[in-house]
Amino acid sequence: MSLTAFLTDTTLCIGCKACEVACKEWNEVPDDGMIWSGLSYDNTKSLGSSTWRHVMFLEQPLAAGPQAVDTKDPFRWLFLSDVCKHCANAGCLEACPTGSIVRTEFGSVFVQPDVCNGCGYCVVSCPFGVVDKRPDDGRAFKCTFCYDRQRAGLVPACAKACPTESIRFGKLDELRERARNRVGELRHRGFKDANIYDPTESSVGGVHAFFVILGQPEAYNFPPAPEVPTIHLKSAWTSALVSAIILFAAVCAAFAFSAVR
Amino acid sequence: MAQSDNANSTRRPKATEERLDQIRREAAATGGVPVASGGAGHAAPPVALPGKTDAAGSYYNLPVLKEPTWTWEVPLYFFLGGVAGVSSCIALAAQFFSGDPALIRAALWMALAGAAICPILLIADLGRPSRFLNMLRVFKIQSPMSVGAWTLVAFSGCAFLAVLGNELVLRGFSSPLLVAMLWTGEISAAATGLILASYTGVLVGATAIPVWSENRKLLPPHFLTSGLGSAAGILELVGFLTSATQILGLISAGIETLIGGSIELRRRNVDIPLHYGKSGWFMRIAGTLEGPVALLLRIIWHSYPIGRYAAAACFIAGAVASRFAWIWAGRVSARDPHALFQLQTGKANSSRPA
Repeated sequence: MSLTAFLTDTTLCIGCKACEVACKEWNEVPDDGMIWSGLSYDNTKSLGSSTWRHVMFLEQPLAAGPQAVDTKDPFRWLFLSDVCKHCANAGCLEACPTGSIVRTEFGSVFVQPDVCNGCGYCVVSCPFGVVDKRPDDGRAFKCTFCYDRQRAGLVPACAKACPTESIRFGKLDELRERARNRVGELRHRGFKDANIYDPTESSVGGVHAFFVILGQPEAYNFPPAPEVPTIHLKSAWTSALVSAIILFAAVCAAFAFSAVR
Repeated sequence: MAQSDNANSTRRPKATEERLDQIRREAAATGGVPVASGGAGHAAPPVALPGKTDAAGSYYNLPVLKEPTWTWEVPLYFFLGGVAGVSSCIALAAQFFSGDPALIRAALWMALAGAAICPILLIADLGRPSRFLNMLRVFKIQSPMSVGAWTLVAFSGCAFLAVLGNELVLRGFSSPLLVAMLWTGEISAAATGLILASYTGVLVGATAIPVWSENRKLLPPHFLTSGLGSAAGILELVGFLTSATQILGLISAGIETLIGGSIELRRRNVDIPLHYGKSGWFMRIAGTLEGPVALLLRIIWHSYPIGRYAAAACFIAGAVASRFAWIWAGRVSARDPHALFQLQTGKANSSRPA
């Protein structure tokens, strides 16, 4: 089975939220508020346990670059549908103590709801702030990459519902190639700040849901250099072991000293 | 395990391929999607406010990371696990140097009591407490949560063995097998106890939360020392005002003074939750109680039992508060996108809001 991926392109997104609706309806994800955040047309502000696609609305000064959508608004309007990154080295998967979070045959990261016991360690181990505990349910939830649909040979619901092909689904290698070509084309057309967001150089080792963005990753709340937290294990355990040995020696010394007195 | 997954009785029929196509057609035609049914009332969409986001800044200053979901049980577990783990260590050291049998007995019982309470706290914090045994489905060396769960199980068994052996020996039973069981129990309880008391620092240190991960080397000795001083303090409060507990109390309060001082002096951006705001003050008060206050009480009133009791109580209060303060600081840290960006790029971000 070949590895699959999402390529989400901000320059093609019109902010219609069809992906959010399709995801919710297909995956039967609970209501997450249906409120306006007051931050442009953003509803949910971030991904979460009941928000597996999140459409962002960026309002930038016109000086930031040319408009990507046909609008005469006095600011540069950008939209992007955020999603779980399905990291090659996934912090949530490494952290999960129950083995609930697994790597599927498609390369995606999947939380098995019948195994998760809601310990919450994946929540603090995700460098992108994606997975979260559903308070009323107790378990952790995130994008499944429509594992059920992929198993049946179907395209994930969000990609299927996207009217502008801003969300593309396909083979990992082919979409990486397509993203590179797209950025080249955009730069040629005057979008000098077009970039791919796919942290292949960091310990995350690249993601299976990458993005074509305009400007810096920070503007989309993407960590510029995300790290999988397991890189911290060696130094933390070394510190623990060394200090444990010193502590035991100190306790022995205290009793030895008081014994001879 | 299909429990309560299908609790919603008024659900809509499952979306179909036709429905997904319909969503796409509507979005293409109208630029939006009318919700099928059952949604909340539609408010008028907001008027766009130009220039609200900054090309170089974050997305509306919203958090990048998710806040820790752990409630009060977890920091209390950090404290009790530390006390129980170090207690078994104290028992073994006292056994080595033929210490007071009553003190050894008390320390072993403290270890076993901690081993009994800790799982209750951990299970209570789970989103699905009935599935606590899933913690023991697999062993993952790369997950401190998994290592910790297994360590706690091992520690409970070892501490039970040690207490059982000790009680039998105290009641006059003696056989080489019993002595072997006692020593095996005590040594293995001390070994697993040291992991139990220190892994919690690794647990929070190996996460994506900046204030935790950037203090990953400090947290294990910090938590171990807190456990040591608290265990010695509890022994004193139950009546063991020995010179050994005084030495242990002095060592712990001294090290905690140094650790608190180094936290106070290190002014990195990721350490803001340790310095400012309510979490910063909580951290500072906790560190002062288990550091300088406990140390000074022990030095000045070392010959008065009341001074030692006060020092022990201050240290224990500070140690408990400090675990809560670290969890709190983690929540504050997760909310700050700018400290995260600065940590990852090495660039100070000029667009930080005042």
